[in-house]
Amino acid sequence: MIRVELVKMLRRPRTWATIAALNALPTVIAILLAATDLGPAPGKGPPFLSAVLSDGTLFPLAALGIVLPLFLPVAVAVVGGDAIAGEAEMGTLRYLLIRPVRRGHLLVAKMVSVVAFVLLAVLVVAFVAYLEGRFLLGKGPVTGTVSVSGTTLSQGELFQRTIVAFGYVTLSMLSVAAIALLLSTMTDSAIAAALGTIGFLIASTVLLGLDAAHSIRPYLPTRYWLSFVDLFRDPIRWEGVVRGVLGQLAYLLVFLTAAWANFASKDINS
Amino acid sequence: MIRTHGLTKAFGPLTAVDGVDLDVREGDVYGFLGANGSGKTTTVRMVLGLVLATKGTIELFGESMPAAASTVLPRVGALVEGPAAYPHLSGRVNLATFDAAGRRGKGPDRRGRITGALEQVGLDPGDRRPVRTYSLGMRQRLGLAAALLRRPPLLVLDEPTNGLDPQGIREIRELLVALNASGTTIFLSSHLLAEIEQMCTRVGVLDRGRLVLQEQLDTLTAPTGRIRVRTPDVPRAIALLDGRVETRGDREVVVRGTDAAELNAALVSAGVRVEEIGPVRRLLEDVVLEASEAIR
Repeated sequence: MIRVELVKMLRRPRTWATIAALNALPTVIAILLAATDLGPAPGKGPPFLSAVLSDGTLFPLAALGIVLPLFLPVAVAVVGGDAIAGEAEMGTLRYLLIRPVRRGHLLVAKMVSVVAFVLLAVLVVAFVAYLEGRFLLGKGPVTGTVSVSGTTLSQGELFQRTIVAFGYVTLSMLSVAAIALLLSTMTDSAIAAALGTIGFLIASTVLLGLDAAHSIRPYLPTRYWLSFVDLFRDPIRWEGVVRGVLGQLAYLLVFLTAAWANFASKDINS
Repeated sequence: MIRTHGLTKAFGPLTAVDGVDLDVREGDVYGFLGANGSGKTTTVRMVLGLVLATKGTIELFGESMPAAASTVLPRVGALVEGPAAYPHLSGRVNLATFDAAGRRGKGPDRRGRITGALEQVGLDPGDRRPVRTYSLGMRQRLGLAAALLRRPPLLVLDEPTNGLDPQGIREIRELLVALNASGTTIFLSSHLLAEIEQMCTRVGVLDRGRLVLQEQLDTLTAPTGRIRVRTPDVPRAIALLDGRVETRGDREVVVRGTDAAELNAALVSAGVRVEEIGPVRRLLEDVVLEASEAIR
C-alpha cells in the first residue's frame, strides 16, 4: 500500500506543480540578488541570505530559510489535507476500502507519502538553489565557509551539517502533516482540511509572538522550526534541534492516533 | 452469500435502514429494489463495511462483517453509487492502482486480468487517454471492469447501467447474465423495475428502510389462475363460458382457469375467433406497489 501511495503521489501533476511553486521565490530572490548585488545586512532577513553574495554555495540553506516558515508548511497542509478528503471527494476512498485496504494501513501509507513529498520538495529546493547559488551568486572560498559563529567550516563539515539541516526541516513538517491528516479524516473537503491546518499554524505563530503565551511557547509546533540555523554554529547548539525533533514526534504521535481513532470507526458516506 | 439479520442504521433520529433481513443465495441474480432514499445504498455500504450498522448482523460468505472484511472482500466485486477513478490516469493505470492497493493483487497475471476486464465491458485495453476525458458511459464501464477485475464469485452492483445508452445497457445486461450462468452471484440494486424484471431471479423490495418483500421473481409473477382472451366475438364467448367469466371488456374477457390451451381449443371448436390468449400474470410493478402500500 505504501508503494502504491508513493507512486500515486509521484504521478500526480499537482505534486510537481507544488514543488515548482516552492522553487519560484528562492529563484526570484537569487536573480534579484545577482542583478543588484544588494544583500540584506547581516542578521536581517532569512538566515544565511546575507552571506550568499560572497558564498553562493550557502544559497540552498538560505532557500530553506525562505520556504520553511510559510511556503513549505502551506504545501504540506495542501498535500496532507488532500490525503483522505481528496480520495473522498473523488469517490475513490470507498473503492480503496472495499478492495479491501485496512483503514489503519491507508492512514500510515498516506502519512509516509506526505513525508516523502516533504523530503522530495526539500531536496529539489536544495538542488535548484545549489545550481542558482553556483551560477548566479558569489563564488565562495574553496577552502572553507564561515559559520554563523564566525569560525571556518571545511567543505566536508558544511556538507554534513547541510544534510542534517535538510533532515531536520523534513522532521519539522511532521506536525503539519499529522494535523492535516487528522483534519482530512474529519471532512470530505480537501480544501477545508488544508485551510484548517494553515489556521492552526497561524495560531501557533501568533502565540509565539505573544509574551503572555510564554509558558506554552516550547510546545507550539512552529517554535523550533528555525533552529536548523543552530546546526551551523561552532560548536553546534543541539538544544533547540533536539527539542524541535521531540516536539514534532509528539505531535505526530498524538495527531496520527487521533486520526486513526476518528477514521477507523467512521461511516464512509462519500 | 449475503445474509443480514435485523440490520438497522440510524443517523441521529432518522432510521435509514430498519430491521432488514436480506437473504441472497448462491447463484441468484438478486434485484434490490427501492425508490431513491429508501435506504438501498446505506444497506449496500453496510454490507461492504463502509458504514457501520447501528444494530443487527451481516454475513458475507458465511463470515461476519465487518470483522472478516480482509478475508471476505477480496471475493467481492462492487460498484457503489457510481464509478470513481483518478482523473489524470488512464483506465488501465487506474485498474492497476486499485489492484495493487490490496493484498493478493500481485502476480504476473495482472496485465492479462486488466485486459480481460476491459474487453469484457467493451473498453479498448490499449486506450492511454486519462479518465478525465472519458464519457459518463465509459466511466461506468470502467467501474464495472474494476468490479470484475479479480473475477469475484459475488458482484454487488449499485445502478450498474446508469449513464449507458440503450445499446450499452443491453451489452452490460448480456455480460451479467453470462457471468451469472458461469456461476457468479449478482446482487443488483436499482430503482428501475424493468431492469430488475428482465434479469433477476429473486427480488427484495425496500421501502423507507424496511424490507417489505423478498421472494423468487417467478413466484411473484406466477399465473394468477385467470386467463385473458382477446376476441371479436365477446358475446358468443360469454355464452359459452357462462359462470367462469370474471370481467368483460370491449374485445376481451377474463376467465377463471389455468389451462389456456384447453380453453383455446374449446373456444375455437365452438366457432369463437381468438386473437390472443394467455394466463394473467401479475406485473412486478403491481406487486411492488402492493407490498409498499401494505405497510403504509
